[in-house]
Amino acid sequence: MMDFMTLIQVLDSTVRLATPLLLACLAGLYSERAGIFDIGLEGKMLVAAFFSAAIAYVSGSVWLGLLAGIGASMLLAGLHGLASITFRGNQLISGVAINFLAAGMTVLIAQDWFQQGGRTPSLAGNARFNPIELPFAEALSGVPFFGPIYAELLSGHSILVYIAFLAVPGTWWLLYRTRFGLRLRAVGENPAAVDTAGVSVVGLRYAAVGICGILCGIAGAYLATALQAGFVKDMTAGRGFIALAALIFAKWRPWQAMWACLLFGFLQAIALRYQNIDLGGVVIPVQVMDALPYILTVVILAGFVGKAIPPRAGGEPYVKER
Amino acid sequence: MDKMPHWADVVLIPLISLILAAILSALVILAIGEDPVAAVKMMVNGALGSTYGWGYTLYYATNFMFTGLAVSVAFHARMFNIGGEGQAMLGGLGVALVCLYIPWPHWTLALVFASLGAAVFGALWAAIPAWLQAKRGSHIVITTIMFNFIAAAVLNYVLVNLLRPARSMDPASAKFPDAVHLPTLHDLLAPFGIAFSKSAPANVTLLIALGACVLVWALIWRTRLGYEIRAYGHSETGALYAGISPTKIIMIAMLISGALAGMMAVNNVMGEAERLVLNATEGAGFIGIAVALMGRNHPFGVFLAAILFGFLYQGGAELALWTKIPRELIVVIQALVILFTGALDNMVRMPLEKLFLALRRRNA
Amino acid sequence: MTAPAIELKGISKSFGPVQANKDISISVAPGTIHGIIGENGAGKSTLMSILYGFYKADKGEVWINGKHTEIPDSQAAIAAGIGMVFQHFKLVENFTVLENIILGAEDGPWLRPSLSKAAKILDELATEYELNVNPDALIEEIGVGMQQRVEILKALYRQADILILDEPTGVLTPPEADQLFRILYRLRDEGKTIILITHKLREIMDATDTVSVMRRGEMTATVKTADTSPEELAELMVGRKVLLQVDKVPASPGAKVLEIENLRVTDDQGVERVKGIDLTVRAGEILGIAGVAGNGQSELLEVLGGMRPGVGVIRLNGEPLPLTGPGSDGQSRRAAHIAHVPEDRQREGLIMEFYAWENVAFGYHRDQAYQKSKLLMDNTALRQDADEKIERFDVRPANSWLTAKNFSGGNQQKIVVAREIERNPDLLLIGQPTRGVDIGAIEFIHKQIVALRDAGKAVLLVSVELEEILSLSDRIAVMFDGRIMGERLPDATTEKELGLLMAGVSGEAA
Repeated sequence: MMDFMTLIQVLDSTVRLATPLLLACLAGLYSERAGIFDIGLEGKMLVAAFFSAAIAYVSGSVWLGLLAGIGASMLLAGLHGLASITFRGNQLISGVAINFLAAGMTVLIAQDWFQQGGRTPSLAGNARFNPIELPFAEALSGVPFFGPIYAELLSGHSILVYIAFLAVPGTWWLLYRTRFGLRLRAVGENPAAVDTAGVSVVGLRYAAVGICGILCGIAGAYLATALQAGFVKDMTAGRGFIALAALIFAKWRPWQAMWACLLFGFLQAIALRYQNIDLGGVVIPVQVMDALPYILTVVILAGFVGKAIPPRAGGEPYVKER
Repeated sequence: MDKMPHWADVVLIPLISLILAAILSALVILAIGEDPVAAVKMMVNGALGSTYGWGYTLYYATNFMFTGLAVSVAFHARMFNIGGEGQAMLGGLGVALVCLYIPWPHWTLALVFASLGAAVFGALWAAIPAWLQAKRGSHIVITTIMFNFIAAAVLNYVLVNLLRPARSMDPASAKFPDAVHLPTLHDLLAPFGIAFSKSAPANVTLLIALGACVLVWALIWRTRLGYEIRAYGHSETGALYAGISPTKIIMIAMLISGALAGMMAVNNVMGEAERLVLNATEGAGFIGIAVALMGRNHPFGVFLAAILFGFLYQGGAELALWTKIPRELIVVIQALVILFTGALDNMVRMPLEKLFLALRRRNA
Repeated sequence: MTAPAIELKGISKSFGPVQANKDISISVAPGTIHGIIGENGAGKSTLMSILYGFYKADKGEVWINGKHTEIPDSQAAIAAGIGMVFQHFKLVENFTVLENIILGAEDGPWLRPSLSKAAKILDELATEYELNVNPDALIEEIGVGMQQRVEILKALYRQADILILDEPTGVLTPPEADQLFRILYRLRDEGKTIILITHKLREIMDATDTVSVMRRGEMTATVKTADTSPEELAELMVGRKVLLQVDKVPASPGAKVLEIENLRVTDDQGVERVKGIDLTVRAGEILGIAGVAGNGQSELLEVLGGMRPGVGVIRLNGEPLPLTGPGSDGQSRRAAHIAHVPEDRQREGLIMEFYAWENVAFGYHRDQAYQKSKLLMDNTALRQDADEKIERFDVRPANSWLTAKNFSGGNQQKIVVAREIERNPDLLLIGQPTRGVDIGAIEFIHKQIVALRDAGKAVLLVSVELEEILSLSDRIAVMFDGRIMGERLPDATTEKELGLLMAGVSGEAA
């Protein structure tokens, strides 16, 4: 069995691995709550990962890298908006296209810029997000039980981790306590109601897609400049889809999204730490752990753990009619 | 009123989309610092300039015909099957099991049963998402994406733990016996006195793919089942009214779709690699989406689009070999084609419709 | 004289090749109820959508209270004091009444102060106009009548002086409609201007001060309501003399064809929609089911047509029909000689992307006559059959190679009716036979229904148009909240009595 310190370490790793999922999941939440399905989270994260790492490497500043990552992600978000809002195209097909575009372009540009087989050079120093020590972490680490939790689990993450978890109450507040949130939720449920009330459906949906782009940008930047030290080909490795799964699991609500992402992060942390898991004689092969988030998503989608009802106008382009 | 003639819808729009994708790709090539004209010349030369090039082009095209048809059949029942990749992986497993564990006297017999194995495994892998869609309302797009990942994990496990020969470090099955070796175009064309490259992988599976195109055409436009699939695809409530069971259509359409995707494995696993390796599909399942969209879900269109993508694939490989343009250029072109023919369809369509309307007004 | 509340000058609007509005001018006096009447597709709703900033007119000007006003979007319309209640309500189902009312008219970026201020204003409006609603109720939990009030309150909350209502009584019971009109009179007396769009002559005659008539995109007349008659309006609408009555000889009912006992039906959301009904339809008679939309008639038709499972007993010519599982689908119903003209031809009766010749077999596509072999269909036979039916039913354009969406509503309906009636069924189920159909086609379809009855077949007619029920039926059953409130003979009842039954007031109490 795991001892306490191992548990802390696994949970610490859970938080790290849950962070990109959470950012992408919240990104999807804004988009889908506004009625725009987004299976292109993966692609947006991927371009952000590349551009953040590339610019951070070239400029030596991780902050400039973050901005570049967000910018690239927003560009693709804009493309998704163009296809699904302005030209009322199929949102799923657009998402698929964006994923491939990102997968191809990142390697193409990486090869052109760095000639390292589609990766960026390793990042170091200020070109990376470094851990932040919370106050008194050192001093309190000796305190039994709470000490390690504070010093090891809560302290010592990069700034983006704290941003991600603060974005959860932030999203909740924006969604349920502001005018913007009311309109955003309305446009995902019944865009005609928003339109006849004299509010621009197109404007709201672009805003949502834009926020989605920003959050995916941060998620991608986190992958390449905080979790790892540089970009490698296809480094998102399906995280965009796991985030989507978490979103469905959470039934499109922010707090639940956080718990879902922590769960999936935990599964990844376990799979990373242990290869084949021996559960009293029954050995679970590593491939099962790899596949578990996807299997879990299918089980959730099948409605065996409560029905997930997406926003009513989700996936449907808005066409004015009487 | 229809806003424009049928031919414009079928020919003009895909053509314009293709041209747009080509222009953007040319810009990408320019940005890398290469000459797009020279690149196209090199691609044409490499892919179509020799029987060797044609052999590869047709080999890839065979894969894409299967996966393109798979996506099309599902599209006709208004389902977006993104799971072609996973279904083709499992199809590969079916082919490997048939080829490895049954001592075949002759390749013809092996081909029939390997096709069957590929189709059954592919269909079964599509059956679960289909059943979940029909009975539980789970969105087939998400479930098929998930099943791609699960398929990769399953194949990984099977190859590493079960099929890998002892002492081999490679996550791959043993080599198939010589008896199941499929004749290549070289072998097939030699009796007719046509010289074809010996080392190109295009093989007899191409004929099966062409047959599949014809069969899918007949299925969709000539049979009762096709009528019902199209009716369901256009209107679920309509299907219910006519006494067409949605569950039945979802299941049948997805089984056919999965079987077609799975049958791709006959080409790449049995016809080319002659053993099962990890990631044998190389994204061909996804190319099927671009091929189906480009081909307007019509088997003839799928055939043409598959040849086009076969050309791009082989040409792209040549580029990667001789220039600093990496193979991922193909992924970009694929993305652009999906974007323009699928998601941005209206961007091309709306100005064209206006144009045709203006023309009609002037004539009226 | 004060300036008109609304003045439209020379409005034209085309959608592609279709001209929906041609050079329309109209002037609406303030503080009046102004009716706009016209057939389906006459361009009424397009005109009002232009006024509400939904569409941009190709040509023409809008003047509000004597001022030339540009209305590029709904925001501008709201700012100009225009409110609109659409035929299909524009409400967010899982929001509260209050949230729906403030949506788009919030009082600042924070929600809570907006909501509490709105609650206060709502309270005042409720007392002023007798428009009581529970502000905290969810829209999906309140009835359509209440939802309509929310729509009116939305407009009033935005301080609308001009209120446009598009077919407001379509979903209301007659008593609910009366209540709506009382609210409208009250609003008018407070100085509001009201535009009432409808295709129901009686509402125009009862409720409006002035009426404008539209036909094929043109405004054909504007008259004082007091100076006109229903017959004159009907003629203006259609462009020729109209027979408002259906010609038919008295029915001579024969044996029982359809018997329904204690039928119960549940909808997709698990709500019981049909709550134990008993009905009988005999050969050679038309049984009309009257009722406001949403009282279980649709589900009744769907069960009989094999589109939905039910519980209870249904017998056809004495033989019980399965209500669930095998043998209860549309194919089995057709095999039992039940034909079905569904309520919604575009979503159910036709595949809009199919050619007319494909649609002519829809539902009967497994018939032996349409097969070439075990697998293949005989498309030549299909086309031949389609051409014959198109000619016999005078479908225009007479081209079986056009897709269904290229035909007008009336011609689409003719295709469906031709397909179903030409089968010579024992029982015809027909829902909303003339919804969205022009008057010429209405007369034709009515004649076909009566002819089928005269040939000794049973017809079950469902319609929300009381006039249609009264003129076609040999016997009328009124449905309310999933139950049969009573049966009446058309000669021995009045619209008023039926209206009360439709509102759930049972015969004894009325």
